[in-house]
Parts: sequence; C-alpha cells; structure tokens
Amino acid sequence: MIVYILCFILFIVGLYGVVTKRNLIKIIIGLAIMEYSVNLFLILIGYVNNGTAPILPVPDALKNKPFVDPLPQAMILTAIVIGLATTALLLSIAIRLYRKYGTFDIRKINSLKG
Amino acid sequence: MEIYLILMLVLMILGSIYSLHAKDLLSAVISYGIVGFALVIAFLLLQAPDLAIVQVVVEIITLIIMIAVIKDSTSEELKSKFNPKFYIYFAVVAIFAILFFYIFDRVTGTLSQFGEHFTRMATAYIEGSQETGSANLVTGVIFDFRAYDTLGEATVLFTAVIGVLTILRIKGKKKEK
Amino acid sequence: MKGMTIIVKKITQIMAPIIFLFGIYIIVHGHLTPGGGFAGGVIMAGAFILLILSDGSILSSLRKEESGLEFLESAAIMGFLIIAGIGLLISGTSVFFINFLEKGTVGKLISAGVIPIENIVVGAEVCAAVSTIFIALVVFKDEVSK
Repeated sequence: MIVYILCFILFIVGLYGVVTKRNLIKIIIGLAIMEYSVNLFLILIGYVNNGTAPILPVPDALKNKPFVDPLPQAMILTAIVIGLATTALLLSIAIRLYRKYGTFDIRKINSLKG
Repeated sequence: MEIYLILMLVLMILGSIYSLHAKDLLSAVISYGIVGFALVIAFLLLQAPDLAIVQVVVEIITLIIMIAVIKDSTSEELKSKFNPKFYIYFAVVAIFAILFFYIFDRVTGTLSQFGEHFTRMATAYIEGSQETGSANLVTGVIFDFRAYDTLGEATVLFTAVIGVLTILRIKGKKKEK
Repeated sequence: MKGMTIIVKKITQIMAPIIFLFGIYIIVHGHLTPGGGFAGGVIMAGAFILLILSDGSILSSLRKEESGLEFLESAAIMGFLIIAGIGLLISGTSVFFINFLEKGTVGKLISAGVIPIENIVVGAEVCAAVSTIFIALVVFKDEVSK
C-alpha cells in the first residue's frame, strides 16, 4: 500500500510543477514526470508476489512460480514510445516560441499577443 | 524486494523535486534523468524486462533532444521576484491534491493489496499462448489479442511526427522549375 | 552543427553498425526473448542519432534522408494494414488481424505465424519516426543559425 501512495506523491509533484512554474521547459518536465508515475502505477497493479517475467520456456528452477500480468506491460510498452513523441512535439513548440519571443516565460508570451 | 522499490520511488521523488527547483535549466534536465533511470530499475524489480529495455533507450533520446533544445536557446532560469500569487497557486495544488487523494483512496480500496493481484484476464492470455505460438507473452498480447491498440499507437506516432515537421519547417519545399 | 574530432568520428563509425545490428537482433528475436519492434526500433534510431551527432550535419543530404524516412514510415504503417487485410481476406472466419500463417513449435526462430513480420514492420516504423524527429530538430537549428 505504501508503494501506491509514494507513486501518487510523484504524480502530485508533477502537477505542482505544471501549475506553479513559469518556465516552459519546467512545465514539460512536470508533464513527463506525471506520465512516468502513471506508467509505474499500472505496472505496480500487475505485479504478483514471487512472480517471474512472462516468457514461456520456463527453466526448472522457476517451475512453480506464477507469471506477472502481461496485459499492463503490453499497454505501457506502447505508451512509453508515444510519450517520447509527444515530449518531442512539446519541445519543438517551445523552441519555436523561443525563436519568436526570445523568452521561455509563459506570462510574457501570453501578454505579447501575436 | 518491496524495500528496494520504496527506495527507488523516494529517489524518484527527490530527483523530481530538485529538477523542478533547479536554478539552471541544464541541471534541471540532468536531474530529470534521475527519474527516468530509477524507473528503469523499478521496472526490472517488477519483472518487466521488455519495458526496461524500451525505457532506458527512450530516456537517453529524450535527454539528448532536451539538451539540444536548451543548447540552442538559453539555459538560464527566469529571474523572478517573489510572486505574491504563489500562495494562491500552492493552495490550488493543495486542494487538488486532497481531492485526488480522496478519489485515489476510494479506488485503491477496491484494488487488491500490492503483490496479490488476481490475474483473471491474464490467465486466459497465458493459456491462449499456445494459439499465438509466441514464447514472449507480451509480444503475443501486443500483436495478436490486442493488435488494434498497436495500430492506434502507430497512427498516434505518425501524427506526432507530422506535427513536429509542420511546426519546425521554416521554408516550404521549393517546386522544381 | 559542426562535427567532433577525428577520434570520436572513427570510434563512432566502428560502433554505430554494431548498435544497428543489435537493434535488428532485438527485433527479429522479439517473439522469443524480451524486446520486440518498439525496443529494437528505438535502438536503431539511437545508432542514427549517434552518427549525426558525431559527424555533424550536411544540410542537403539530411533533407534527402528526411524525405526518405518519411516514406519509410508511411510504407510501414501501410504494410501493417495490408497484413491485417490479408488475414481478413484469406481466412475463412474473416477476422481483422488474424494469424493466418502456420504457428510452428513454440521457441523456434521461424514460428508464431505473422508475429515476426509484424515486429519487423513496427520496428521500421518506430525507427523512422524517432530519427525523423531528431533530423527535423537539426535541420531547424542549421537553418536558423545560417
């Protein structure tokens, strides 16, 4: 149970970064941290005590151990690669805004308008 | 085993807090790397080797792209006077945190304890692995039982790449005369 | 973007093909060992990024590679759909994404029907996507500083 709560705290740290920071790069870092915590939480749910990785020809030493759940692993595997692409998209928006306004401060970008 | 997992999670929380408060953007990005690499070790502890391989490479490429962006622009953090609105933002985060924690508590009450997951759906997949013929069950799930999700993932990746190309293009492609 | 010194260039030219080969190994053995299309594709893109970082960028050739990679990505998604469509047409049950080849024995390299082919297609797609993102950033940087 304490593992779930720590994972939740990591999510809240990311949310804190997104809401309070003014720098665009820090906002992107906060979003990425939130994404990591959600990925980790889903894998934590699928874990089974004394489990082994779900790969079939089981050696004799591990014969009576259960498999961990393969379904969340398959879902998160695709989510990690999508996370890389979306982070790159956000970074390219940030560098384009820097070229136009000369700053990463979102308030100045907001007040300049066009 | 759970104690190592708790250690890794505490390391991730400390790294993320430092990363959000660093004075310099380069050190912020590097301490963001702590979070990703601790996540790799957590995946290994949780018996997910596929995810560990993907995560370690993706983390390196994310750091390279972030450092390239910072070297291209500026690495100085904004000079900020103390903002009196900070307390309002902090209160907003606190209210949302309490609200989320209430929902989280209700949800985890219905889940089983850590490590006592009842693999009802997965039992069907493990028994059906003889049908797919794949020794790695994760690959079997991705490409056989849930291939629609993989198709959707490929489409999202394609869309993100098209978005990056559209945003970063300065000159259009010239037509040949 | 300028390249690095000759020592770095030579070491990279030796190492990058080995990393690329390792990515191909991860993809081809995706249905037997941990790994698969996603992991192998990102590793192959890592070899590309290593070469670009060490050798510097020559703008005209990077543009050519960019359009080639875009074509590869589109073709990979098309191939994924075509494999699914063949399953719909050939099999008697008409199910999208059905495994229509022979399964073979579990644990052999040639087994599991269409799963290895789909692994290769997805690996090509992910590799093309990640390298296209990086090349777009490099080309943008060069055009701005010119």
